[in-house]
Amino acid sequence: MRWMWIDAVTAFEPGHRMVAVKNVSLAEDHLHQHFPGRPIMPGSLMIEGFAQTAGILVGATEGFREKVILAKIARATIEQDVVPGQCIRYDASIERIDSAGASTRGTIERMDHRDGAWVRIGEVEMMFSHIDQNRAGVAFPEENFVFGENFRAILQASGLDRFLAKEPHGR
Amino acid sequence: MPTKPQESPTLPMARPEIESGVREVLCDALGVDADDVVPAARIKSDLGAESIDYLDIMFRLEKRFTTPDRPFKIAQGELFPENMLSDPTLVENGKVTDKGMTVLKERMPHVDFSTFEKDRNVANLSETFTVKSLIEFVERKLKA
Repeated sequence: MRWMWIDAVTAFEPGHRMVAVKNVSLAEDHLHQHFPGRPIMPGSLMIEGFAQTAGILVGATEGFREKVILAKIARATIEQDVVPGQCIRYDASIERIDSAGASTRGTIERMDHRDGAWVRIGEVEMMFSHIDQNRAGVAFPEENFVFGENFRAILQASGLDRFLAKEPHGR
Repeated sequence: MPTKPQESPTLPMARPEIESGVREVLCDALGVDADDVVPAARIKSDLGAESIDYLDIMFRLEKRFTTPDRPFKIAQGELFPENMLSDPTLVENGKVTDKGMTVLKERMPHVDFSTFEKDRNVANLSETFTVKSLIEFVERKLKA
């Protein structure tokens, strides 16, 4: 299994907003543990899905040259369950970004194919750190280990590969 | 009959309003109770701020105190000393030099360095950042 918690990017306004979707499927092993006989998408993985959406948005702002690390979940609420067959939508916006990091916020929505309506089920506020600019001054390896093949695959599948830097690993 | 001059919408914000704005920012950024956000509370030791929280506090202060006619932008190193202390002329053997103290006081007039100055140990610098220093920072910046 790959650590990919979004399936496709459906909207992208560079520097401002990214929207991504995830289809929840019974083929996902983890749902059978969470919980046996009653599969529910874990809230922690929805937060990860939001983080991947917002992280790509923040990374794209600097052409994926900065290493963008989730540094803080300032707030996260998820008020309803998501079950297999339903679809999740993460809508993330940048509140503020500078050389040290970015603050983002947005919503988590759920769609059930039986009625096709999107319902807001959660809200998230998240901070990302540009770790090469971290306050502690610790040096990190040059290779950009954050935006690896998985992220490139999502962007390529979403027709957004034009936003990938030609040489994402170098400065 | 002479008309009363209208109040300017850009009048400087009153101190209680600044205090409540700073309290709101710290409650949201650090998840602390409003009752704990007293002027003498230290951002790190008393309110539990970690390194990313300083950036969060900075961004939230900007948002809270920006008005339609005036942006409130904080430059890097303006509110907290950031990486300034890696400069060897400002810090020597873990202690802030005379030059370092001058620079700190000049760049951060919102901070009370009187206790810190007694031992100048860099490790204790974060102890100087209190709720009061944030209030002073906002007040000075809004007046500038």
